[in-house]
Amino acid sequence: MMLEVRDLQISYRDQVVASVPTLDLEPGQVLGIAGESGSGKSQTALALMGLTRYANGVVTGSMVLDGRELLTLSPRQWRLVRGRDIAMILQSPRAALNPTMKLGALFSRTLRLHGMTKDQRGPRMVQALAEVVLDAEILDRYPHEISGGQAQRFAIALVAALRVKVLIADEPTSALDVTVQAEVIDVLRNLRDRHGTAIIFISHDLSVIGELADAVMVMRDGAVVEQGSAESVFNQPTQEYTRMLLAAIPVIGGRSR
Amino acid sequence: MSDLLTVRGLRLGFGKTEVVHGVDLQVLEGPYGLGVIGESGSGKTTIGRAVLRLHPALAGSITYRGRDVLTMTRVELSAYRREVQLVFQDGDGALDPRMSVQSAIAEPLAIHQTVARGGRRDRVAALLAEVGLGSDLLARYPHELSGGERQRVVIARALALEPKLLVLDEPTSALDVTVQERVLQLIERLREHRSLGYILISHNLAVIDRLSESCVVLYQGAVVERGRTRDLLTTPLHPYTRALRAAVPELGVRRPPSTRMLTVGPPQTSSVLQPAGQGCSYADRCPLAVEVCRSQTPVLREVAGREIACHRAEDSLSL
Repeated sequence: MMLEVRDLQISYRDQVVASVPTLDLEPGQVLGIAGESGSGKSQTALALMGLTRYANGVVTGSMVLDGRELLTLSPRQWRLVRGRDIAMILQSPRAALNPTMKLGALFSRTLRLHGMTKDQRGPRMVQALAEVVLDAEILDRYPHEISGGQAQRFAIALVAALRVKVLIADEPTSALDVTVQAEVIDVLRNLRDRHGTAIIFISHDLSVIGELADAVMVMRDGAVVEQGSAESVFNQPTQEYTRMLLAAIPVIGGRSR
Repeated sequence: MSDLLTVRGLRLGFGKTEVVHGVDLQVLEGPYGLGVIGESGSGKTTIGRAVLRLHPALAGSITYRGRDVLTMTRVELSAYRREVQLVFQDGDGALDPRMSVQSAIAEPLAIHQTVARGGRRDRVAALLAEVGLGSDLLARYPHELSGGERQRVVIARALALEPKLLVLDEPTSALDVTVQERVLQLIERLREHRSLGYILISHNLAVIDRLSESCVVLYQGAVVERGRTRDLLTTPLHPYTRALRAAVPELGVRRPPSTRMLTVGPPQTSSVLQPAGQGCSYADRCPLAVEVCRSQTPVLREVAGREIACHRAEDSLSL
């Protein structure tokens, strides 16, 4: 198992806000985490990124990536893991891009910080952009000069270039139009197929999770209520709450006028 | 049935840039829903604002129950805005953070003097009950409410003046699916009880399907397809409507990526700067585009029981 999480508990001021008993991930596997606002799904993502401490929270339990325990890492050690082994893309990709830097400078700097030489960086950037179907001329633009879908694909290009092992995608398509959402999902699928990137895909929308996920975890009020293969959770949900989430998805032709 | 609202040839712009190029819309007397579908930058929100005269029209006409909206005097406009109300996507931004729920809903009653001061408290409680909220929320402030509660308060406030027409601009897009479901049920109930007509602006095709009789699909400020919602969503004909329909994720259905088309182009928002009137605006993204699509702008014409602006509509029909 590449990533093994056991008895993860996230608390703020001694109050537990989320607990995840088990979470396993193999290379190339996509785990969908579904839940409503306040279910603890984003808190789980923060903990997996080692960022809880910066929000004055505490994480207990165990999180092992390729045999190495992450929870005991120092902030300095975490910085080398974050972005390199585990990376995250967010709902608003533009917010993650420095608005004063051209995308080329930003891309190059990121690769440099993770130890790539100048000669390595150029070809790696061009290749990663091609993988997310962006033209290299985008490197000459500022973040505000590209669309939301392009910004999200650019963020995924960074992940591809760094050969990240685990990508955490927190509502990566929720702010996007439906056709653009479909494009981003295609790009994520391509990333998984080409580099074997494992993806944790977080969304309140089970129908989007269904496009990509092999396994699904449903969270509510900080707890995992159901967990299993995508097929079993979608086709034979055991929990009333999962059934309710599935029933709430509006379907075309469901109740037409 | 007669028209509640008729929009003809509406042109809208920002500065010197025209973003809506001659749009026609029709809302019948309620209960009736008109869906407006389109991506970011297609002009749908600006159209909604123009209906309320919150955005100036460059050309065209807006007629409400036979009266010309664009030439209304201030007094007439005030009466018009009592009957036509706008509901925004973001209940957070639409409510004053310093106003309690009670004051927020009572404010339009006070401004338009439709209910005497003494009766306002009861009226507000009744409106809250109508949107499914208890009167224990009256003293709360927006930050103390959940997203779903806030959106219900916004709807209650919009209903306070007994409107005939609502402009619902992405009313559920900021909500979780389960909360969205309850707000959709609320809109369904209100439309029947109050015989509401509404323009429902959304990029969510399933929401449009559920709540509208007819709909228009906008692409870069022009209508590319128009007709009965059921026809458009079950058998979309315009290549853009087809792309929208194909992009909707459906449970248990995994389409191969090849059914979709990844486009590498300028951001959609900048493409509105292209001069209008030279070829089809969708030609660059369209899998069916041929020579004529780049030289002649298609106009809306009737094909298979709907209106469609596409040179290749007949070929699309046989796909």
